[in-house]
Amino acid sequence: MKITRKAFLALLAAATRAFGRPRPRRMAMAIDLAKCWKDRGCTRCAQACHAAHNVPRIPDPRREIKWIWKERFENAFGEESAGPAVAGAPVPLLCNHCEHPPCVKVCPTGATWKRESDGLVMMDEHRCIGCRYCMAACPYGSRSFNWSDPRPFLRAIDPAYPTRARGVVEKCTFCSERLARGAQPACVEVCPPKAMVFGDAADPSSAVAQLLRARYSFRRKPGLGAGPNVFYLL
Amino acid sequence: MSERAIIAASLALFLAGASFPFWRNAAGPPRPLDLRLPQGHRECVAPIAYMRTSHGDLLEDWRDRVVRSGQHVFTAPDGSVREMSLVRTCLDCHEKAGFCDRCHQYVAVAPDCWSCHVDPRSPR
Amino acid sequence: MTILAKAIRGSPAYRWWMAALAAAIVSGVVLWVRQWNQGLVLTGMSRDVAWGLYVGQFTFFVGVAASAVTVVLPYYLHAWKAFHRVVILGELLAIASIVVSLLFIVVDMGRPDRLLNVLLYPSPSSLMFWDMLALTGYLALNAMLARAALAAEIDGAPPAAWTRAIMLISIPWAVSIHTVTAFLYAGLAGRPFWLTAVMAPRFLASAFAAGPALLILLCRAFRYDAGEEALRKLRLVMTCAMTANVFLALMEVFTVFYSGIPEHAAHYSPWTWLSGGFAAVALAMALGRSRYAPAAVFASLLIDKGVVLIPAGFIPSPAGAMTPYIPTAVELGIVLAIWSVGALLVTVLFRIAIAAREAEAGGRAARPELTFPRRITMDKV
Repeated sequence: MKITRKAFLALLAAATRAFGRPRPRRMAMAIDLAKCWKDRGCTRCAQACHAAHNVPRIPDPRREIKWIWKERFENAFGEESAGPAVAGAPVPLLCNHCEHPPCVKVCPTGATWKRESDGLVMMDEHRCIGCRYCMAACPYGSRSFNWSDPRPFLRAIDPAYPTRARGVVEKCTFCSERLARGAQPACVEVCPPKAMVFGDAADPSSAVAQLLRARYSFRRKPGLGAGPNVFYLL
Repeated sequence: MSERAIIAASLALFLAGASFPFWRNAAGPPRPLDLRLPQGHRECVAPIAYMRTSHGDLLEDWRDRVVRSGQHVFTAPDGSVREMSLVRTCLDCHEKAGFCDRCHQYVAVAPDCWSCHVDPRSPR
Repeated sequence: MTILAKAIRGSPAYRWWMAALAAAIVSGVVLWVRQWNQGLVLTGMSRDVAWGLYVGQFTFFVGVAASAVTVVLPYYLHAWKAFHRVVILGELLAIASIVVSLLFIVVDMGRPDRLLNVLLYPSPSSLMFWDMLALTGYLALNAMLARAALAAEIDGAPPAAWTRAIMLISIPWAVSIHTVTAFLYAGLAGRPFWLTAVMAPRFLASAFAAGPALLILLCRAFRYDAGEEALRKLRLVMTCAMTANVFLALMEVFTVFYSGIPEHAAHYSPWTWLSGGFAAVALAMALGRSRYAPAAVFASLLIDKGVVLIPAGFIPSPAGAMTPYIPTAVELGIVLAIWSVGALLVTVLFRIAIAAREAEAGGRAARPELTFPRRITMDKV
């Protein structure tokens, strides 16, 4: 049976697309709380993240915008979860980039979606209509809304990254722009005790995969089935 | 005044107002468009004629590629590999105030880009 | 008098009413323009309580719109001839309610200029996408139906045969719009106050109580004689539906408090208990056939579903924060304006329908039933 050269190349391309794709990554983060608690007042991760991404500093706590922040252990994991050793200890919280993100499920415009290549839950502020359904759906309270124009609340704007405008939702992006350059997320890089480990959990040789195999870890609200990819180690 | 007179006068006024753009432009050329062109660069990332008509489409295409498909680079006509970025590529050569804003004001369009994307020459 | 003139001319009281509605609407537009320019910071919502009065009122009025089925279904499918004087009013109320609920969505959005994105980028996994389709479809159905019925009344002829197909579709569609709206909340694993199977049944029950209650009140307000039997049946539907609603609410209370899960019980604030108590009082009044029962039922459900339900789902937050939600003056002004739009639509549409009916009744008092599509019945007319 004769096949034209053009058709053969097309067949080869299709096969490569189907079988030759690099295995998708599953980006995850492991936070060693024991290291983090060496300095309980430290907020370097939040400072670095918010500076790098032009996150505004809004004084009214009801309208604050935060991509990564610290909560008391009981608030992060539930009132009934904290024994005396951890009660009141501050835990860094951020978007968990879940395996089955409820926010992605409910978004009516596809303004947030889970990237296939590495599992990041992405945010397209161009498409967001500001309905805040994703905020209602997120079981972790990871998302913030721009209740007003954020620019007046930005002391310094880093031109390398856009700001957002009023009326759209934003959240931690696992620093997708830094991952594209092969760098680590800003919070991970800046953490003084190196408490945060980030990488491809689907790659058994990665640091985060090794850490999660070696140590006991737990996540926020695992029973809800969202499959969070931020793990906490004690 | 009689009804007819009022109607005629109002009609005349309306037609004069509605046809204003035509006879204003016939009376003389509009004010000149004075754009500050980038120094030393003769080629844009696409042919100038295309950019004049369709740079909005190009930027939307870049936006979708970068944000939604994760592609960051493209090959310019002169063979160089450039980043698909409004701020880092376009504004590397062009000045927002002297180039982009002037033409936009001239043709009375207000693109929404600048509420988020930051002009590196004036970050505030 | 032309129909449009009928809508504009009337007694001084009527003109004051229309002027008041217009004033409320204009100030609402002004407030909304301010909200559009400055952002939703002008409302009482917060990072923890992301939805408030707007979404609550949207929910409530979708229910009122769905309740048209309580008069359409018995009349057309079961030949409850007693409803022949209220069916058209039920359909017109549905139109006004859908418009009101869609307006509440538009004012709640951070970027209403991007509204079309919901249709340009369909997301079948999102209930909000389906809700948008369901609501606009229902509006179209009822608009077609009501227009055909009104035109038929004015002409004194039976409506076209195709309206029966539309009417039959509108019955399950009415149930579906409120079920989809309930699904918006009932599918969220992270919001235990809403994560309950009784959400959709409760929504339907409270809708089928609030709608007939409002119809009764409107008939009184317009001094329109719907007929003693129709009013009795409307009260019956209202009372039965309210009973079901309160019963289901009590079932939820049992589940939450007997199981004793602290996170679930924490959503029951004094406001929740107050509005539940008001609903129980309204039910008692309905069972006792009080003259004020329809007003009490409507008001209690407006509060329970339209004010308390939504913020209660957000308080406490996933991190346990009890962030209070207090609507601002801007928010209340916009809510009032949208209510006024609904009131305006109801006023104009009802006046047209009632005028057409009275004109028609003058000519053909003997056979008013013939003005509606023939319905499936084994009895002789």
